[in-house]
Amino acid sequence: MSDSDQQQGLRTPKKSAEPPDLLRVCGVTKSFPGVKALKGVDLHLKAGELLAVIGENGAGKSTLMKILAGVQDYDEGEVLVDGLTVRFKGVEDAFDKGIALIHQELNLADNLDVAANIFLGREPRKAGLLDKARMRRESSIFLDRVGLKVSPDQIVSDLTIGHQQMIEIAKALSVDARVLIMDEPTSSLSQHETEQLFKVIKDLASKNVAIVYISHRLSEVRELADRVTVLRDGDNAGELFRQEATHDNMVRLMVGRDISKYYALEPRSHGAVALKVDKVRTIQNPKHALSFEIKSGEIVGVAGLVGAGRTEMLQTLFGVMPALDGSMEVQGHSVVIRSPIQAIQNGLALVPEDRKQQGLVLEMAVRENMSLASLGRDQNKGFLNHRREQDISREMVAEMKIKTPSDLQEVQYLSGGNQQKVVLGKWLAMKPRVLFLDEPTRGIDVGAKQDIYKLMEKLAEEGVAILFVSSEMEEIIGMSDRAIVMHEGKLTGTLMRDELTEESVMQLATGTQTKPISNN
Amino acid sequence: MKKIYGILGVFTVVFILTAIMSPSFLTPYNMERLILRTSLFGIISIGVAFVIITSGIDLSIGSIICLIGCGLPWLLVKMTVPLPLAILIVVTLSLLIGLVHGVLITKLKLQPFVVTLCGLLMYRGITRGFTGDQTQGFGKFFSELRWIGVGKVAVPGVPIDTFGIPVPFFLLLMVAILASIFLNRTIYGRYLLALGCNEQAARYSGINTDRMIILAYIICAAMAGLGGVLFILDGNSAQPVVLGNFYELYAIAAAVLGGCSLRGGQGTIIGVVIGTALMQVLRNMITLVDWIPTHIEYAVIGAVILAGVVADEVVKRISASRRAAASRL
Ligand SMILES: Nc1ncnc2c1ncn2[C@@H]1O[C@H](COP(=O)(O)OP(=O)(O)OP(=O)(O)O)[C@@H](O)[C@H]1O
Ligand SMILES: [Mg+2]
Repeated sequence: MSDSDQQQGLRTPKKSAEPPDLLRVCGVTKSFPGVKALKGVDLHLKAGELLAVIGENGAGKSTLMKILAGVQDYDEGEVLVDGLTVRFKGVEDAFDKGIALIHQELNLADNLDVAANIFLGREPRKAGLLDKARMRRESSIFLDRVGLKVSPDQIVSDLTIGHQQMIEIAKALSVDARVLIMDEPTSSLSQHETEQLFKVIKDLASKNVAIVYISHRLSEVRELADRVTVLRDGDNAGELFRQEATHDNMVRLMVGRDISKYYALEPRSHGAVALKVDKVRTIQNPKHALSFEIKSGEIVGVAGLVGAGRTEMLQTLFGVMPALDGSMEVQGHSVVIRSPIQAIQNGLALVPEDRKQQGLVLEMAVRENMSLASLGRDQNKGFLNHRREQDISREMVAEMKIKTPSDLQEVQYLSGGNQQKVVLGKWLAMKPRVLFLDEPTRGIDVGAKQDIYKLMEKLAEEGVAILFVSSEMEEIIGMSDRAIVMHEGKLTGTLMRDELTEESVMQLATGTQTKPISNN
Repeated sequence: MKKIYGILGVFTVVFILTAIMSPSFLTPYNMERLILRTSLFGIISIGVAFVIITSGIDLSIGSIICLIGCGLPWLLVKMTVPLPLAILIVVTLSLLIGLVHGVLITKLKLQPFVVTLCGLLMYRGITRGFTGDQTQGFGKFFSELRWIGVGKVAVPGVPIDTFGIPVPFFLLLMVAILASIFLNRTIYGRYLLALGCNEQAARYSGINTDRMIILAYIICAAMAGLGGVLFILDGNSAQPVVLGNFYELYAIAAAVLGGCSLRGGQGTIIGVVIGTALMQVLRNMITLVDWIPTHIEYAVIGAVILAGVVADEVVKRISASRRAAASRL
């Protein structure tokens, strides 16, 4: 029987002959204290299918995926694998059925090396002992497949977030899954890594692995998905097939209304220089001195590949890791910044890259997180100013449209995107003069992204100087008055708004070209 | 507030059970001693609670009690140092010990366990050294000073010889109120709780985390020093080999029973006080109730702490699933 015969066979319209769906979810519900996260969701998936699941922050995507992977239990409804009802008691049960999940948040044992992480819980053994040689050998195969050039012996905490994310993916590959669920896998990947991942995904799909792909980047969804399932407020909002899955259609289903295109940046007049950085050298890239200026009211994007030293630059400017040498001026006054305390005193603010580690105290309430940086300012002779704390947090929750039952909810129970908004709110409450944003829209839905862009513009109009790092090309091009580009720790050039194109940014980011830094 | 209901319940049950099992439990003298012991241990437990909230630990408390407790009578009686100077030395020494612990832990990034374990060994060794391992005490002197430890305050209508509230109880009250206000009402208390959960996020928020952690160790050592003074004032004499042995473990256990998580970021002062009271009632029960052999004290205490922690976790889970069920409707 030839290939074409087989395909013909598959196309016969007889319904009864069709194999049952690889995975089917019927009317699943799940409640958490104070929230009904899923209100009866349906989902189905065939072998080799590439299904995208999209929805606003808090729509219930991650919850549903955790249920499918046996991480979380559900209240009502049914999950079927190969047409048979299953109820997973734990991740191992899901593994047994060939379902693997790559979590939205990194879950690596970062004190161990790469190989140990890839095989965590499934270590190959020889005579009862760990077979390290085999672990090392096999992990390099998976590392190759995701295109990651790190040694299996490297300790995970020494890797960048992007690389750690790729390790998660390599780990999932090693399970040999029939269904691979990826919850926002690209949110911390560079363009190049994303492309690499897409290759891996398409390759897997062609080998009949079913993929569930969650992302807030609708362009990725368009490129990948055979079908798109949209969730809204814990319910199915609709389904789109490949041809129908346009940006506008997806947004309409997600948000329930039309959203106009967001980058509405109008040319603005900028004020005096707000931040002047002069020959600052960071601990990580001591070979290159960084010099540039930002004017008040200006939005400057920082582009570059993952590992270009952008995060390190922001952390150095904010005093997390003091600069080796060089000088800084804020609004014309020279300042010494060797700790975040000094940075804050001088009107700087940093929304860090890793919200779980650096941005939030997960066990504390939204309100307490929101006020953490401004407690010192709002204090009443050392005592807490409860009234003001409550006012600010309520105002921010409303302004940023944070989805939470109340501002007394612990942040760990918020969805990823809403957590990010809490970090932003915390720093906006400080009313900074210079705002550093490190991947500000990571994991944030289209509607909220637009809110954040508007917020950035509003702040700029109020005279705040904004320096933001982003790995999303679209965002750099759409939001920057001016972009500076980094390559391996070096500033390779500045691009004015009218010079910003994908090619011009990439040329500087890959170091194939340099362009003198101009500040106007 | 909800968090202390569990421990309060256990305390009430143990209290009533002991009262039923032993007729001498509710006697005025026994109650007096119970209140006194709870006060002394309460003070050191509140101290260690601050350290535990920063997700640290202090194992040196018992040895600090020994150092200060034996050091004070040694200074006053053996060295005939004037009282104000002796007090100044004792206070400075306690604060200094806390400061050194804190600095080693934050600036040199040493582990709290290691630093304070060394403290545990050193301070007792030093005390045994300078006292020549001899019993230290006030003898017949310093009775005014000793009033702070053994004095009683009359309850209206009750003859003071029958029952009076021990003076240290008022000290505990003062310490507990101040500690509570500090932890819940000041920004510094909030800083401690925040950095106990996530030190990095606290630092990124512009909190001087090192300074706050050092402060916690200073508070802990200061409370241990105060405890040392009170223990010796109460006991009048003590041997350097014995005084304060295992007290750090009692303090840590009371703090944990009272809702402090060793993971940091959690705890209430009132919980710690009730936890301490529970521990003392337990020890009292073991001594008073005839059919419980006294030498199994540690086993009983260990089992009760374990039961308390387990019960706490179970209650937490049940209430979480209740709340979830409520929002399901
Ligand atoms: N463990 C939990 N306890 C309480 N509430 C929770 C818990 N996990 C999730 N939730 C709530 O359930 C809802 C759905 O959350 P979920 O994480 O599934 O959203 P999501 O669609 O993945 O959002 P995002 O795009 O922001 O990641 C949210 O309102 C969230 O606050
Ligand atoms: Mg999610």
